[in-house]
Amino acid sequence: MPADFNWAIGGEAGDGIDSTGKIFAQALSRAGRHVFTSKDFASRIRGGYTAYKVRTSVDQVQSVVDRLDVLIALTQRTIDENLDELHEGSVIIYDGDRTTMEDVEIPEGMIGLDVPLQALAEEAGGAIMRNVVALGAACAVSEFPIENLDSALEKRFGDKGAAIVENNKAAARKGREYVLENYDEAFGFELECTDENYVLLNGDEAIGMGAIAAGCRFYAGYPITPATDVMEYLTGRIEQYGGHVVQAEDELSAINMALGAARAGARSMTATSGPGIDLMAETFGLVATSETPLVICNVMRSGPSTGMPTKQEQGDLNAMLYGGHGEVPRFVLAPTTIAECFHKTVEAFNLAEKYQLPVYLTADLSLAVTEQTYPPEEFDMDAVEIERGKVVDEGTVGEWQDESGRFKPHALTEDGISPRAFPGTEGGVHMSTGLEHDELGRRTEDTDMRVRQVDKRTRKVETAREREPFEPREFGDPDADTLVLSWGSNEGALIEAKSFLDEEGIEARYLSVPYVFPRPDLTDAVDAAEETIVVECNATGQFADLIEHDTLTRVTRINKYDGVRFKADELAERIADVLATDEGAEEATA
Amino acid sequence: MSSNVRFTDFKSDAQPTWCPGCGDFGTMNGMMKALAETGNSPDETFVVAGIGCSGKIGTYMRSYALHGVHGRALPVGAGVKLANPDVEVMVAGGDGDGYSIGAGHFIHAVRRNIDMTYVVMDNRIYGLTKGQASPTSREDFETSTTPEGPQQPPVNPLALALAASGTFIAQSFSTDAQRHAEIVKQAVEHDGFGFVNVFSPCVTFNDVDTYDYFRDHIVDLADTDHDPTSYDDARSRILDPGKEYQGVLYRDEESVPYERSHGVDADMSDIPDGAPEDAMDLVREFY
Ligand SMILES: Cc1ncc(C[n+]2csc(CCOP(=O)(O)OP(=O)(O)O)c2C)c(N)n1
Ligand code: SF4
Repeated sequence: MPADFNWAIGGEAGDGIDSTGKIFAQALSRAGRHVFTSKDFASRIRGGYTAYKVRTSVDQVQSVVDRLDVLIALTQRTIDENLDELHEGSVIIYDGDRTTMEDVEIPEGMIGLDVPLQALAEEAGGAIMRNVVALGAACAVSEFPIENLDSALEKRFGDKGAAIVENNKAAARKGREYVLENYDEAFGFELECTDENYVLLNGDEAIGMGAIAAGCRFYAGYPITPATDVMEYLTGRIEQYGGHVVQAEDELSAINMALGAARAGARSMTATSGPGIDLMAETFGLVATSETPLVICNVMRSGPSTGMPTKQEQGDLNAMLYGGHGEVPRFVLAPTTIAECFHKTVEAFNLAEKYQLPVYLTADLSLAVTEQTYPPEEFDMDAVEIERGKVVDEGTVGEWQDESGRFKPHALTEDGISPRAFPGTEGGVHMSTGLEHDELGRRTEDTDMRVRQVDKRTRKVETAREREPFEPREFGDPDADTLVLSWGSNEGALIEAKSFLDEEGIEARYLSVPYVFPRPDLTDAVDAAEETIVVECNATGQFADLIEHDTLTRVTRINKYDGVRFKADELAERIADVLATDEGAEEATA
Repeated sequence: MSSNVRFTDFKSDAQPTWCPGCGDFGTMNGMMKALAETGNSPDETFVVAGIGCSGKIGTYMRSYALHGVHGRALPVGAGVKLANPDVEVMVAGGDGDGYSIGAGHFIHAVRRNIDMTYVVMDNRIYGLTKGQASPTSREDFETSTTPEGPQQPPVNPLALALAASGTFIAQSFSTDAQRHAEIVKQAVEHDGFGFVNVFSPCVTFNDVDTYDYFRDHIVDLADTDHDPTSYDDARSRILDPGKEYQGVLYRDEESVPYERSHGVDADMSDIPDGAPEDAMDLVREFY
């Protein structure tokens, strides 16, 4: 377990919590420290508790833990909300002059630092810099060189002019000096810096970046938390590569526009969250029947209905696997880390075009909105390969015409994959339809053709299983009796839970599965284990159901559906509990 | 674009299953003529069709085409056009498809003003589902699902388009072949969203809005002093109750299509073999 430091700033929405937290995270990243951030936010813009948390270490961090070392509290509620995570020796920085903090209660054993944030900010040039004063104070407490904060302030305020940057630097120094002058104890933290250069990004940004790298040029979407960042990332960037983003009037329009663009030959994508997926369901079937390559990104949040829009959940797996009427071949890819959001997006476009079907690319809120540091080489653009599958041009179109020279967009092939022709290709003229059709795309109710077309579309899945590795990501002891399976954002917590469990002498084999459909055959792994535990953020265990279905073996479920992601130590404890209960049961029967 | 295209080149070899006498035959012929006369070829044309009898048009025409889901043809057309502005895009559907289930898309397509053509075959009834009221059905028109008539005023598609800042608003009558083709042609030539509402009678389920009715009531704007470039003229004609006009009601000569105002001009099917050369800059932004 790396020596980590956990820091947070909290207050009301509208207090500038997000941007302050981000400045600190960026300062740490630029100082060569690894960072993992998380956000507590409510579904409102002003008022309501909100916090930005930063976990940092010189080693990579990929999860949150139940511990807070330094808290900048702009409201009393910030302290109350985080009582569980604060511990003996935690430092709470607050402004006792603030009306909301006059009767502040610092819990037993913790250190309260009353810093006149507002007054010091005014001295530096404006009350608005109150949070930056607090950052300076946090630098003093954590012995983090304040110069590192400067470059983050430059990045954040650079385009507002040199004067503003200078004022902010001065404000930070006032906070630092105030602490050094008024509190002479050592707090026991020391944030070491390194020469490494990291990038800091969230999952939505990684998806957007992956889309551009993969040649996605058309995006249509309708804003919805927590998928909007994908659209915001692409806006203004995709144009530089000849692409375009449309904010459609609704999700029905968004997916239909994306479909149109894909038929015109563009690599095309839409992103949404649960409710939007429901609206897209009808066209989803058309995408599959017309054999159009399309990437549909579902950034999951708590459902059903509008549920808890700003909270974590992995509850849409069934909707993605089974949503829509009729039987629709589709792929479901679920990146398991923020970096994988990039890589799997590239892969999603390749799979969509190679197999000519809709690909769900699903992240969950925890992946989407939290940020993590990586060495930039993690996003190696030279390694990006683009595979467009069976696209014909004027030279090859002839191979796919019938005796009358008509193009066969739904030709029956052994691998289930037909040719594609984009408008403008002479000799490739054809119509596609959501109606059942023959090889030419003409409507049919012929029983034999119906069966052959359904089989052809379904066959793509088998072809993909043969051609693509679809391997899980594995860590831990391959020979352990316990197998722990997970999907989506839980991987980070699992990797760190492993360190806790290792310390306790509990060994397990861990498999994190980014391919939900088609998925790897896990029968051997499950058979080899004495116990299989499936970890996921939903109430019923949708992924666990799949594993049981595939392997005909009962699994143990660890579920979390309170809207909060798994924390590494919490997850370790729950896994240990499962195993302890088993042991207890064994002893009782012995 | 090839210049020696004939309108029959836009005809597929599929045999239409429309009822004999259906107005959609004439509507389709006019569309094919307009496309050929504006110098388009089937290779570079994309027809998007809605759902309904009208939506079958995608099958009977020969071009790149998509027959989509009910009410969503317009967004598909938008996607095609933005992904490849060189392609001529024509969207067609019925009054139910366009003004009922797809009404939201209609308004937004009009105001988005992408350079494409939208032809609505308005038979004032749902044909394919066998004769229910449509949004343009008369208030007292008795159908299987509205035995007393819908008892709601019909929508006025031209007024909707005008209110949504339409830049080309026209109406034609499918059986008046010459005139109809000419009006659709102007819509194709318009720089922006060309909208044509076509009276396309359903001979099977609508015994009120018949060929005879339209023949008796249509006023051709060419026979009046109507100035299509005048917003006021357009407004007063469009809001004139009970009048059935044929011709271009409104044309905004200053219309700038979406593609031009948004700088969309690339053929997006053309992408590099790997990530763009400067893609590492995207990563470095996150330092
Ligand atoms: C989502 C959905 N709802 C209902 C239908 C059934 N449906 C097919 S066509 C149609 C109405 C068509 O009316 P219109 O657009 O006026 O076309 P017409 O057949 O008169 O040409 C309906 C309701 C459908 N296909 N999809
Ligand atoms: S039912 Fe009406 S609209 Fe449909 S094909 Fe027959 S005449 Fe035409």
